[in-house]
Amino acid sequence: MLGQDKRSYFEQLMLPHLDAAYNLARWLTGNAQDAEDMVQEAYLRAFKSFGTFHGNGINDSRAWLLTIVRNTCYTWLHRNQPENLAASFDEELYTVADEAENSETLLSLEADLDMLRQAVGELPLELREAIILRELEGLSYKEMAQMARVPLGTIMSRLARARRRLQQSLEKRLIGE
Amino acid sequence: MTHEESRSLLDAYFDGELDLVRSLDVERHVAECSTCTAILRNRQALRNALKAESLYFAAPSGLKMRLRSSLPSGAITSTPALSPRRFPLQWSILAAALLIFVLGAALFARSQSLPSAQTQLSGDVLASHLRSLMANHLADVVSTDQHTVKPWFDGKLDFSPPVVDLASDGFPLIGGRLDYLDNRAVAALVYQRNKHVINVFVWPSQSGESGASTRLEQQGYTLLSWSEAGMNFWAVSDVSSADLSQFVQLLQAAIPSLTATPEPTR
Repeated sequence: MLGQDKRSYFEQLMLPHLDAAYNLARWLTGNAQDAEDMVQEAYLRAFKSFGTFHGNGINDSRAWLLTIVRNTCYTWLHRNQPENLAASFDEELYTVADEAENSETLLSLEADLDMLRQAVGELPLELREAIILRELEGLSYKEMAQMARVPLGTIMSRLARARRRLQQSLEKRLIGE
Repeated sequence: MTHEESRSLLDAYFDGELDLVRSLDVERHVAECSTCTAILRNRQALRNALKAESLYFAAPSGLKMRLRSSLPSGAITSTPALSPRRFPLQWSILAAALLIFVLGAALFARSQSLPSAQTQLSGDVLASHLRSLMANHLADVVSTDQHTVKPWFDGKLDFSPPVVDLASDGFPLIGGRLDYLDNRAVAALVYQRNKHVINVFVWPSQSGESGASTRLEQQGYTLLSWSEAGMNFWAVSDVSSADLSQFVQLLQAAIPSLTATPEPTR
């Protein structure tokens, strides 16, 4: 592919996902400046490996781009916030059934934006990622599993843990008010 | 469906990731289980709360322009001037070295804290089998023809899994898919026995030796693992233990004839 063609095809396919890319980077890095750097770095990496886009098992361009954004952020996190990643590894040792679930029914969670942002922001990295990709981006378990290179079952148990934790932390905040 | 089974599939049910049969099974259980009903209501309350407020961070307005100007413009590209403040080359090298170190340390720490790699692996194999039964996740390539299934893996894996059809023995091949086990991409071959599904996971073994098979029973499922022809095999199913043994014997008998002329690893 000639340079200009490749570039315009790339922009046509990948620029519509800019908000999704930024949103993921913003939630993984936790701040605006780093998120912006991650997005720039990820787009550049995506452009360089654009030739591998077809036929690598992830057909959807958004999932493909978000995988690169995610990997870029993880590389950055390893360097800048290794404690963030260490906490996540321990999470893997628990399974869904190990934890008790609050079985009282809430009809609604009257949480405001700040409260929600804090609660999601305090989730361990991989649980936060699962919530963002599923609830905000609507990715399938399969796309998420390919992205993180983990079994589908891991995605399901991460979502279960993330939701349970979010619910508990929101309840605490609402009662504490 | 027991409460534990339903409980472990509840989030997949909530997310619409189960096939119809399982979805109905969970639904039947939820109808008579107050705990599961409460959990589902809480999931919905949480989803509503997440939807009600916009947690989405939209990209800053100038970012698209900055991105476009930072992308290389020609076929023969020079090194782009992308945030040199943050990404000089030596930092990238240092980051890569650090990443390898941290990953290595984390993996080491992890391997020390787990009961055994084998236990972890058998749990992962079973989880992959269960999850493969979810909607649309059983097979990425649906075919009873081994000559369709085997080439499908080309370019998706760094090895070529042996694929045989055992339809004449009552174990028809129904397809294949990619899966992740033991920290790598593996081939999953899907066979059927009456109405039951058998998953066979295949990936290259590190030692390259052939090993004796091991048998595990977990949650009503049988798992058989062995190494042969330079590959690790795990077969898992809820068919009777005798049926699975027969299946594995047939598979083992068929494989040496396939690997008589080993394919070059790519």
